[in-house]
Amino acid sequence: MRVPAGFLIGAALSALFLLMAMVSFIWTPHDVTVLAVAERMKVPGDGYLLGTDHLGRDILSMLMVGARTSIGVALVAAGIGLAVGVPLGLFAAARRGGWVDEIIMRGNDLVFAFPPLVMAILIAAVFGPSALNAMLAIGVFNIPVFARVARAGAISLWTLDFIMAARVAGKGAARISAEHIFPNIGNLLIVQATIQFSVGIVSEAALSYFGLGAQPPVPSWGRMLADSQTMIGLAPHMALIPGLAIVLMVLGLNLMGDGLRDMLDPRMRRTA
Amino acid sequence: MFARLKFTVAALALTAGAAAAQQTDITIGMQLEPPNLDPTGGAAAAIDEVVYANLFEGLTRYTSDGSIAPALAESWDISEDGTEYTFHLRDGVTFHDGSTMDAEDVKFSLDRARAEDSTNAQKALFAGIENVEVVDPLTVKVTLSGPNSAFPTNMAWGDAVIVAPESIDSAATAPVGTGPFMFSNWVQGDRVELTAYDGYWGEKPALTTATFKFISDPTAAFAAMMAGDIDAFPGYPAPETLVQFEADPRFKLLIGSTEGETILGMNNKSEALSDPKVRAAIAHAINRQEIIDGAMFGYGTPIGTHFAPHNPDYVDLTGLSDYDPEKSKALLAEAGQEGLTLSLKLPPPSYARRGGEIIAAQLRAVGIETQIENLEWAQWLEQVFKGKDFDLTIVSHTEPMDINIYARPDYYFQYGKPEFIELMDALNLATDAAERSEILKNAQTMIAEDYVNGYLFQLARTGVANANIEGLWENSPTQANDLTGVSWSQ
Repeated sequence: MRVPAGFLIGAALSALFLLMAMVSFIWTPHDVTVLAVAERMKVPGDGYLLGTDHLGRDILSMLMVGARTSIGVALVAAGIGLAVGVPLGLFAAARRGGWVDEIIMRGNDLVFAFPPLVMAILIAAVFGPSALNAMLAIGVFNIPVFARVARAGAISLWTLDFIMAARVAGKGAARISAEHIFPNIGNLLIVQATIQFSVGIVSEAALSYFGLGAQPPVPSWGRMLADSQTMIGLAPHMALIPGLAIVLMVLGLNLMGDGLRDMLDPRMRRTA
Repeated sequence: MFARLKFTVAALALTAGAAAAQQTDITIGMQLEPPNLDPTGGAAAAIDEVVYANLFEGLTRYTSDGSIAPALAESWDISEDGTEYTFHLRDGVTFHDGSTMDAEDVKFSLDRARAEDSTNAQKALFAGIENVEVVDPLTVKVTLSGPNSAFPTNMAWGDAVIVAPESIDSAATAPVGTGPFMFSNWVQGDRVELTAYDGYWGEKPALTTATFKFISDPTAAFAAMMAGDIDAFPGYPAPETLVQFEADPRFKLLIGSTEGETILGMNNKSEALSDPKVRAAIAHAINRQEIIDGAMFGYGTPIGTHFAPHNPDYVDLTGLSDYDPEKSKALLAEAGQEGLTLSLKLPPPSYARRGGEIIAAQLRAVGIETQIENLEWAQWLEQVFKGKDFDLTIVSHTEPMDINIYARPDYYFQYGKPEFIELMDALNLATDAAERSEILKNAQTMIAEDYVNGYLFQLARTGVANANIEGLWENSPTQANDLTGVSWSQ
């Protein structure tokens, strides 16, 4: 099987950030909780590989710890979507056309109808801003996405002969969904999960930009952007570096998602 | 032919532009929009920043150096015992609706402000008034329950301006005052426009129109200033960009002092912070200079108590709470409060948000963990100011001479020590300048020795203006953008 170049680039970028996040658990170049105001706004080079921010913290260290926050939030949010959305979608597909299907899918539409950011602000206002609530807010909006994907994939499978055979063999709808349908929509779900993961990274950055994500002193990419906003004329690296990190991470995940889809989808494989 | 015609037109346009009179309009930037425009019925500083001295005037007024000058009252006499003030009003003063301002309006304004159901935000200013009597149309006699030498100063506050009974009902949205500018338009969420009032009693201002534009976002404020959409931003919210304006010949900086004591507010009734040793430990853990440099980019003066350093009665008590992390740790150990975790709730201004991160790091260095929570103003007022649900907060108290808030037991930091209340009562009765000064010094020392709050720095007034604008206040002795003396130099 030919591996698309995009997938390789994407996987490499994603792996780089994942590695940064992992390494930050045991080592960072500088301590991000210690401020050194006298050392503030140093340009990249000069003792700090990526420079320092307005409070004299090392930007590389903050990026590394921030990657941890971003990846953590996006991963859990995608997990919530998968864990709740997929069973809902499978259930709806098993009862396709019935009132259960109708209720689940209209419920999905209801969630879709709210702008995610507005809901996230609501959640933050009620429960207080924190990384945990950002996970919840983003996770809730992943549910209908996965439910739709799972239902669409499952419905087309339900009409196929091997499912019919399973029914004739006396298997119930729940068992068929779990044993036959779920493994066969795995490809779809993996691709969707990669995309939702990258959406999660952007959403986390947006929420923490507005002050609704991880609270200081925990570094996060979005807040690094927000903090550096007024200083862009003085110390452009403070805004460019976290901005670039978000772009590269999301680009990497999207390339990886596209590559995965091409590799996993049999029809695409044949035409490629 | 056409080219020449064009050239002539262009040349004409150029000469016309050069010959045009000096610019007489100004656009002032403000970070917060006032909720209404009635200074006698709202607490927001933004109200006074639009209307004070421009639209409304009081019996007396603050000048740019903080001294008190006559305004609607030309002069006043004080009785022997200091309890009777006779104000002689200026003749020929009219409100913007054309009606004359006389003693009846003064009586109405003062009686309204001190009434039981008054919504005035500074009722304490009027608390000592026993009776207001109209002697003749241009003379008002105010009787106080006891001597109060600060009474003329009280009358200079934006909350004590003179209003007319006929127009007061609409003051919130269409204010009518006696000032050199009258209200013309308010586009909610964007701007308030004022125009010069032809019938003004005093010297007419050089400006004919003034626009107050509200830009809350520091980045947008920077952009608007750079683009020339705003002529002056006296309370400019992004001190980090001031170096860029300083380097640009189109602009000048207006750096001065404000009445804003910026403090690390502590909840004196919360479990851990009710112990003065813990409060002292926090005070010693704070490195003021690092906060001024990191949060305010060097603009600000360290303070050791709740008092403005430019005031002649200020006592420098920063030594009582000098930066000494070792002492701080020792005090915490003595109080048995090692491994303390406190909430730190921060309102939006950058002094609080950035200062909060620095203070959190400084407290962590002595072993106090903080949980930072960034709040919007409405939430801050609800949770911290009213609900007292906090351990630590950072806020700047911008009212002038507000040390008396420590006498209120229910004020958000909940001090209200009886001895302090006695001091403030004595202050209100004192008429002798030396005696007042002594009491004020004692009061400053008492709150500093009790470590009521962490005293950080006096907020600097960091403003930016077009280099051709003259006459804007550099200091901010009260919440105001006085435009009466402002003009364009070219």
